Amino acid sequence: MTADASRGDALTSTGPGTGRAGAGLGRAGVTSVDRQSNAPVADRGLAVAAAGPLGVSGIDRREASDPRADGVGPAGPSGVAPRRRLVDRRWFRIAGGALLPLVLLVAWQLASTSGAVPVSMLPSPEMVWTAGVDLAERGLLGLYIAISTQRVFIGFAVGAALGLVVGAVVGLSKLGDILLSPTLGAIRAVPSLAWVPLLILWLKIGEESKVVLIAIGAFFPVYTIVAAALRHVDRQLLEAGRAFGLRGVRLLSVVQLPAAVPSVVSALRLALAQSWLFLVAAELIASSMGLGFLLVDSGNNGRIDRIFLAIILLAVLGKLTDAVVGLFERWAVRKWA
Amino acid sequence: MPATPTSTSAAALPVEFRGVARAFPTAAGARPVLRDVDLVVEAGEILAILGPSGCGKSTLLRIAGGLDRPTSGRVTIAGSPVADYDARSAIGFQEPRLLPWRTVAQNVALGLPRGTPRAAGRAHVARLLELVGLAEFAEHRPREISGGMAQRTSLARALARSPHVLLLDEPFGALDALTRLRMQDLLLEVHAAEPTTVLLVTHDVDEALQLADRIVVLGAEADTDATPGASIRQTVVVPGTRPRDRGSAELAELRGRLLDGLGIDRHGAARGIQSTSTIPAFPY
Ligand SMILES: Nc1ncnc2c1ncn2[C@@H]1O[C@H](COP(=O)(O)OP(=O)(O)OP(=O)(O)O)[C@@H](O)[C@H]1O
Ligand SMILES: [Mg+2]
Repeated sequence: MTADASRGDALTSTGPGTGRAGAGLGRAGVTSVDRQSNAPVADRGLAVAAAGPLGVSGIDRREASDPRADGVGPAGPSGVAPRRRLVDRRWFRIAGGALLPLVLLVAWQLASTSGAVPVSMLPSPEMVWTAGVDLAERGLLGLYIAISTQRVFIGFAVGAALGLVVGAVVGLSKLGDILLSPTLGAIRAVPSLAWVPLLILWLKIGEESKVVLIAIGAFFPVYTIVAAALRHVDRQLLEAGRAFGLRGVRLLSVVQLPAAVPSVVSALRLALAQSWLFLVAAELIASSMGLGFLLVDSGNNGRIDRIFLAIILLAVLGKLTDAVVGLFERWAVRKWA
Repeated sequence: MPATPTSTSAAALPVEFRGVARAFPTAAGARPVLRDVDLVVEAGEILAILGPSGCGKSTLLRIAGGLDRPTSGRVTIAGSPVADYDARSAIGFQEPRLLPWRTVAQNVALGLPRGTPRAAGRAHVARLLELVGLAEFAEHRPREISGGMAQRTSLARALARSPHVLLLDEPFGALDALTRLRMQDLLLEVHAAEPTTVLLVTHDVDEALQLADRIVVLGAEADTDATPGASIRQTVVVPGTRPRDRGSAELAELRGRLLDGLGIDRHGAARGIQSTSTIPAFPY
């Protein structure tokens, strides 16, 4: 059936009352076609044709519970019965993700044991393992991991909290934006390592200097993304909120913050990655404990097996914490978007 | 006149537009959209606003609700000027504008007047969802319902406020013909139960005839070098009491006159059908 013919059907079926006005005004523009998207199935030709310039949301919206939804797209994915492909299966994702690390491990083993590369340049996996066990037996491995993780968590918490607050101020208030954003933009432009000498002078080599550096690292992604997300909350929703009597804190908690939640969570994820980055910067330069210290110390002593150990631990820890936040992100997006 | 004193509860308030004009600034200077709008909507009246797309119907409604301000002229509700986002009115937007992270029921609850006790609010929301036929979708998210269902949710949200003035911008635009008729009847039921002043923007002449006490047609002068900006071109008092017979001859004649006013050919004259004139034009 062509779109025109089906449209005719739809209009005659609207009964004597509304039919004529529909015919008269219905051609006025795309908007009126969109408005009729809930009309009988026969209208779908036009609805689909209109969905192009209007974006996909029109189709998405009708997918779930509209009994007519299965008629919506002649060839669209929504019309196809969902058959889970291999790449969508959980075990395949996990196995696929583990494949490359295993290949690398085997290649590493072969390269280091074949004698092609001297062990002073490339220790064997076994040597790295032994170095790990040795450190663990002396109680240092657990200590270093614990202290590094603690620094990351404290620095991340402080930086992200400040980033949320300042991002909210800049994103919600014009005045806050005018007063703060140029300065913060300039501070963000300072490379992280430039802070280290200053922080050591001010705060000595204790925990504070490291936590502050990590907090700086966590602050900026959160601040930038949260400010932008709050500034760009859908104006129509804001207006609807105001029209129904929401002001100030209530508008913030009912409309603005929930609208920004998905962005906030991805900002937190970015900030956490940044925190590990800044942790190593801090520990490389001034520390007596932690994974960064392990790196420098091993470098000075030529313990390449321990360098490998530290790098692998950083990779694993970073990935693990990121995965936890990733789960939280998926939950938040499902709940708030 | 439309609303007899007995059918008007204390809740409904009159709305008055005096010399209202609205121009939007553009790069090429101010572009007038509305001008010289003078209109008194009586307490408890249902007034339909008809007009071609883009003539300023939504703008007029937004001004009545305090979502926009006129460039000149004044709008009052019960004699006092409309405040920004005036609490005496509730608006059903042209788009559903639902909060995507809230369920249908929670979105409707947003319309409840502040300070509604929890239990009473929940019961009211449930009743409204029942009325608009969405009881089983109460726990769905806006993205899980159809466009027409979203629009009904938005209507329920506006009704939840039990406002003195109800502003509805094409509330039935996205509905199929049958649901549309059902929702029209629903609006009349609600209006009879809790009288309120209703300003209803619509594209649909028959809908206006079915629901309204009075219809105003908004439009610009056809003349190309006339003053730009839309104003009230025609005011029609709809005869009879609601619910009206959808097929009556009287209404058919009014329909013809309104379609003429909107610049739409009725395709009758060519076949020698004269438009009879038994109903005097307003004002009598
Ligand atoms: N915020 C705005 N800024 C600039 N121009 C605007 C704004 N809002 C509306 N307009 C203009 O005012 C005119 C009337 O718009 P309005 O939305 O009131 O039309 P309408 O009669 O409701 O049309 P429709 O029936 O298509 O909804 C349009 O030409 C539009 O471009
Ligand atoms: Mg409009």
